[in-house]
Amino acid sequence: MAAQPGQPTVEPAPENPLTAGLERLPVAPTTLVIFGATGDLARRKLLPALYNLAHEGALPERFHLVGVSRKEKARERYRAECEEAIRTYSRRTPDEDVLKKLLQHVRYVPGVFDDDSVYSELGKVLDGFEERAGEPLNRAFYLSTAPEFFPVIVEQLGRSKLQHHENAEVRVIIEKPFGTTLEEARELNRDVLAIFDESQVFRIDHYLGKETVQNMLAFRFANGMFEPLWNRNYIDSVQITASEDLGVGTRAGYYDHAGALRDLIQNHMLQLLCHVAMEPPGSFTAEEVRNEKVKVLNAIPEPTPADIAEMSVRAQYAAGHVGGEDVSGYLQEDGVPNTSTTETFAAIRLKVDNWRWAGVPFYIRTGKRLARKVTEIAVTLKPVPHLAFSQDGSLGVQPNQLVLTLQPNEGVSLRLGAKIPGTRMIIRPVNMEFLYGTSFLSQSPEAYERLITDVMRGDATLFTRNDEVEAQWRICDPIVAAWAKRPGPLAQYEAGSQGPAEADSLLLEGQRWRAI
Amino acid sequence: MPRSDAVWSAQGTTPDRIEAALRALLAERHAESASFIPARVLNMIAFVDDEYSGEIANRLRGVGRYAASRLLVLSYEPGRERLDARATIASDADPTPGQVALLRETVIVKLGDRHLDDLLTIADPLVVTDLPTLLWSPHGHQDAVDALLSLAQATLLDSVEEPDRSQAGQRAAIDRACELSRQVYVVDLAWLRSTPWRERVATVFDPIPMRRELHSLDAVTVRHHPDSRVAALLLVGWLASRLGWSLARSEVIAEGSDGRLCGSAQAESGEVRLTLKPAVDLQVPGLAGVELTSAAGLRVRLDREPGGLRAHRRDPGGRDRTWTLLGASRGEGGILGEGIRQALLRDPTYGAALAATQEMLPQVTRT
Repeated sequence: MAAQPGQPTVEPAPENPLTAGLERLPVAPTTLVIFGATGDLARRKLLPALYNLAHEGALPERFHLVGVSRKEKARERYRAECEEAIRTYSRRTPDEDVLKKLLQHVRYVPGVFDDDSVYSELGKVLDGFEERAGEPLNRAFYLSTAPEFFPVIVEQLGRSKLQHHENAEVRVIIEKPFGTTLEEARELNRDVLAIFDESQVFRIDHYLGKETVQNMLAFRFANGMFEPLWNRNYIDSVQITASEDLGVGTRAGYYDHAGALRDLIQNHMLQLLCHVAMEPPGSFTAEEVRNEKVKVLNAIPEPTPADIAEMSVRAQYAAGHVGGEDVSGYLQEDGVPNTSTTETFAAIRLKVDNWRWAGVPFYIRTGKRLARKVTEIAVTLKPVPHLAFSQDGSLGVQPNQLVLTLQPNEGVSLRLGAKIPGTRMIIRPVNMEFLYGTSFLSQSPEAYERLITDVMRGDATLFTRNDEVEAQWRICDPIVAAWAKRPGPLAQYEAGSQGPAEADSLLLEGQRWRAI
Repeated sequence: MPRSDAVWSAQGTTPDRIEAALRALLAERHAESASFIPARVLNMIAFVDDEYSGEIANRLRGVGRYAASRLLVLSYEPGRERLDARATIASDADPTPGQVALLRETVIVKLGDRHLDDLLTIADPLVVTDLPTLLWSPHGHQDAVDALLSLAQATLLDSVEEPDRSQAGQRAAIDRACELSRQVYVVDLAWLRSTPWRERVATVFDPIPMRRELHSLDAVTVRHHPDSRVAALLLVGWLASRLGWSLARSEVIAEGSDGRLCGSAQAESGEVRLTLKPAVDLQVPGLAGVELTSAAGLRVRLDREPGGLRAHRRDPGGRDRTWTLLGASRGEGGILGEGIRQALLRDPTYGAALAATQEMLPQVTRT
């Protein structure tokens, strides 16, 4: 608020009256330290995101980037690699002046992550920035390394007393996977929270940074027409699908250890389920939003060994045809052991035991080498209680279905019954379509641009809290364990198909999978 | 760039026939491929002088993805008797199964003096119902704007484009923006040119110790392109409105012989000296620099340079620091695109800044 004439400013921390009406709010001066600075994620996502923020004037007024990695190299060499990554992967052609100036703010610290000297050198670099700035700068440590280094780096940051800084905020960003079991997730949480306060920890699930996922909250909570229907009285089932037409590609090393359940369901797809099922938060603050999501996860019963055979299906893709091309089966892919029992398809049926959702099945499925790439949430309503029309000659009156498509064509589709033109009352389903791309001028920022900005601003709304990640593992861990006890053979599905026929066994009576 | 266009044209036509042709073109494109989907974001009506319509078309091509989903160009040619029209439906991508290829519609209607009294009935059937409409008249024609205003939710103008560069002309431009603001949302390109400056001034003063300094500012100097004084005035108007400065008539800004404007405002802590200096070396419209000083001896200066703004701060203790605020110049094409995008948003601070700017300039009766 602007100071009023005659009214002395008495607040110890006055508002900044100049920020009203601005689309881009100020971000505090920050140094971002990327551990794993030469890795794939840094090159493909983080550096281009930082460039695009710089291009738009969205980086803090003082910004420094420090890359930390095992490879010994000169600062100039690292800058050249950053430049190459930005030129290759940025969503826009770089402005030469902005790129040059951004690269001037880049430093490199080589060394292995458990070496004390790396952190003392890092501390000197960070102090040097502040000395030149004449003021403390916030610090954000981005752990973009293999997961086994997360506890090592966190412990070293604590040992070097880099986890706190006088008059400035220190934050740590942890990439996925956050553990590969519930116990590992708990242990990592213990390690991290022994050094950092939860308010300093930003666990990345980049799905949450996607505009499409955030739009789900706008769709549900900015439109009154859906809320009266959004419960067990009107909704028959919910299907969440994330399918890919590609195989494992170059990720075989990671993927064969993870599998479909851990790669997508434990994190991204359970987050989507939370967005569908959560109660409206009182406000859009980090704590209120995450409280509501945790309530949903806690309402999902932990699968018992007896449940698992009935509520989960896994499979591997076999050779097949995609887009007119012959493609290999999973076991024939480069880097995949021919005895692998890793699932490339996983489907589960969950229930959310609360007043709103009791009795409504939530189906989640994901897989590689399926018929096409799509991420969608289909909410099927219950059929009408009585039909006054003859169904002769008709495709039949089908229940209404609301489909929220997250990719590739982000939008909302509502299936309705409509009369076919003619003298008889013959009904067939038609779709009412809304595509986000037709209704907005702006280009969506990349998820990492949004998430990095949020870290620098200290807004944790789009990040996973410790209890949230553990609740996700509590649901998936028993399935992972049960599958590990029964290693195979796995059901097979032809590449380019709709997935394994076994997935139908999860469906309750009268329900069917949507075509991928 | 459009990959393929469907085109219809006719001479001596009517709005009804043009609208029917648009519907037919759309059906034709959809029959060609189900991937073709019409964008439905924003109508834009541009009233232009026919002899400069090519220049306007070039400017609109420069806005890229911020193009309105339906553009209606009313191209005025004095003496013209007949209504001629050309409708184009263009896609920005080739249709691909499973992918959306967005369609954008452009309708150019050539009209003359005899049509000026019927502008509303010509334009109304040609805008998409229920979409917001942005009205732009880059060559003046206030009467045309007034005639079409009831169709629009927003109007685009550029307060620095007032042909009369005198203080009277600038006051007239601000008065016109104020008048339009009372009827529709005004998107002023002069205001948008100051956006990066406003963002960065807000950023520099965001740390808590700096926020306190905002209330003891004693001087503001803005350097601007010689033709962009209104943009500089709006920046000062913004500071005045956000910081609660009083701009009484007795303190109005006065023009010096070197083209600079000098004046003052009354803040809670005392007088604030205001100076607006032309920067003759600046090649592009907009601002070249801003400097703010406080009674305690703080000096903050931002200067345009390639790749961002150069920031310089001298603390009350005399310590100097310099750094760069990164950011790419948007260019004039980017500014116009931003103007179109802003038609779908609402900036609550523009109106107050405009009112403060109006108070700074002497009231002039133009002949």
